[in-house]
Amino acid sequence: MKCLVTGGNVKVLGKAVHSLSRIGDELYLEPLEDGLSLRTVNSSRSAYACFLFAPLFFQLYQAATPGQDPLRCKILMKSFLSVFRSLVMLEKTVEKCCISLNGRSSLLVVQLHCKYGVRKTHNLSFQDCESLQAVFDPASCAHMLRAPAKVLGEAILPFPLALAEVTLGIGRGHRVILRSYQEEEADSTVKAMVTEMSIGAEDFQQLQAQEGVAITFCLKEFRGLLSFAESANLSLSIHFDAPGRPAIFTITDSLLDAHFVLATLSEPSLNSQDLRSPELCRQAPQLQAHSTCHLDDFANDDIDSYMIAMETTVGSEGSRTLPSISLSPGLQPHCNSGPQSEEEDEAEPSTVPGTPPPKKFRSLFFGSILAPAHSPQGPSPVLAEDSEGEG
Amino acid sequence: MPLLNQQIEEENDYSLTASLDNVRNLSTILKAIHFREHATCFATKNGIKVTVENAKCVQANAFIQAGIFQEFKVQEEPVTFRINLTVLLDCLSIFGSSPMPGILTALRMCYQGYGYPLMLFLEEGGVVTVCKINTQEPEETLDFDFCSTNVINKIILQSEGLREAFSELDMTSEVLQITMSPDKPYFRLSTFGNAGSSHLDYPKDSDLMESFNCTQTQVNRYKISLLKPSTKALVLSCKVSIRTDNRGFLSLQYMIRNEDGQICFVEYYCCPDEVPESES
Repeated sequence: MKCLVTGGNVKVLGKAVHSLSRIGDELYLEPLEDGLSLRTVNSSRSAYACFLFAPLFFQLYQAATPGQDPLRCKILMKSFLSVFRSLVMLEKTVEKCCISLNGRSSLLVVQLHCKYGVRKTHNLSFQDCESLQAVFDPASCAHMLRAPAKVLGEAILPFPLALAEVTLGIGRGHRVILRSYQEEEADSTVKAMVTEMSIGAEDFQQLQAQEGVAITFCLKEFRGLLSFAESANLSLSIHFDAPGRPAIFTITDSLLDAHFVLATLSEPSLNSQDLRSPELCRQAPQLQAHSTCHLDDFANDDIDSYMIAMETTVGSEGSRTLPSISLSPGLQPHCNSGPQSEEEDEAEPSTVPGTPPPKKFRSLFFGSILAPAHSPQGPSPVLAEDSEGEG
Repeated sequence: MPLLNQQIEEENDYSLTASLDNVRNLSTILKAIHFREHATCFATKNGIKVTVENAKCVQANAFIQAGIFQEFKVQEEPVTFRINLTVLLDCLSIFGSSPMPGILTALRMCYQGYGYPLMLFLEEGGVVTVCKINTQEPEETLDFDFCSTNVINKIILQSEGLREAFSELDMTSEVLQITMSPDKPYFRLSTFGNAGSSHLDYPKDSDLMESFNCTQTQVNRYKISLLKPSTKALVLSCKVSIRTDNRGFLSLQYMIRNEDGQICFVEYYCCPDEVPESES
């Protein structure tokens, strides 16, 4: 793989890396025919982000060396971010950025051609990996709104930086409401203030949602995407459904696409509440919701709308990566689209401690699926064995 | 300033007296070498040299020549003392460290001699602060024996070009490798960190390159933790001269222009981390 980014697009790329870095610790870089994709997923698998830069975004784009299979790789987010750390520097001094992936040397080489002929070469070591893909369909979401990133960016400005989650809902008169979300356990001093922003429907380019619907999601990831969208001066679409179902945030442009899929708090009491009332009552069973793959939740939901990550690992590193995808047993029913089996039930307790989700977020379901290009024997059987071993 | 004059009437008692209209001309230079708590000061009639050392491997010298001061007298040469640099800098910025337009802090500095404190009289807007800082037994400083006749490679760069490089150094790398060569890559800074290696290449015909005199290829490694503090001098400077001698010792000389347009120099010496390998 080889690609060349020039001019202002270097900063756009840098910005995208910055917003990805708010989510995951590892970056999946995959050259595709329709562009270069950069993806990440957070450790609790409740947030997934994907940028796809179209070939036109680049001065030169070559997905694969002719005669060779395209490579994909996984690198530490920190090391990739360090290349693009200073956005001011990217804007002021970098003229060209050349990224190449070489299977023979096992290095991802990022070369920055700067002013005065200075050249920075970063040789980053990477790991082979399978494609990271989330399965989601914005079209299946009941509600959708679209606004210039600036409108949403200004709306979240008043929220304290320490605020973890925000509730987005549709209030009376079709006004879009953003309200700081408070945890039940929060002490009274924190609880003392609720910040709420209300935006008129006229500020939205599109607004298809009924009054009364509301979802709660993490602000940190949202901020990351917003700051990217704001800098690129693009509109942001938010597709969402009932609480607990993932919300999909998208940015679309002729040169790039970005999708962020964030878990939402599963809180049935929320949508029926009047958005103006800060009191959020909570049902007792909700306390159990921290079990990520709670069987009841699992069975009751429309499984297809959940994200399914297809991450498999090849060869030697398989054993190393396995713990991070310990939720994988949950996936098998997805693949088969079959009902829950007894075995899953048994595997459940052992998988949950591996990936404690933040707060009461329902984790999005990820797992391992065979990559078609690779050995059909893939790791799925291995995963099953592991699960049994643990159980 | 009648008060000041009274206090320092018996000027002949002092082995060092100096006065300065703008204290920042001194404090800025001292900040450039402030990476250790203590410094050794040497004063001769030419000016003051302040030395800071670390790990017997790196030495920084700041030269404040007599011309920077409005008045500068040394009775018996050389005047030597060790002082807590942190305390000295705190005192020099006692009226605030950020400059306010049109307001200058004036300084009068006196030192009576061995065993006496260093006296500072700082005046701003008619307010005078008197500071007495205890001096300490001067320590012997390292002699790097860096002689210009042994210099093999020498480059003068505009500091701008190196500033960003030093601020972004991959600190997970233990060493900074400096390659200087008459052939490609001419001047290269490399780090070898957890994430992989990074190389920063400067072509010899770059506009940043004020002069390029490299006679033979040298690849030397220096402890990054020892070189990183020189960033303080780098950010203040306008030009930097990078030299290596036949032993691989590194000399970094920073040219710093003060608020009055006068030039001062700060110099860092560093010894190489290991014997350079011929193959690289």
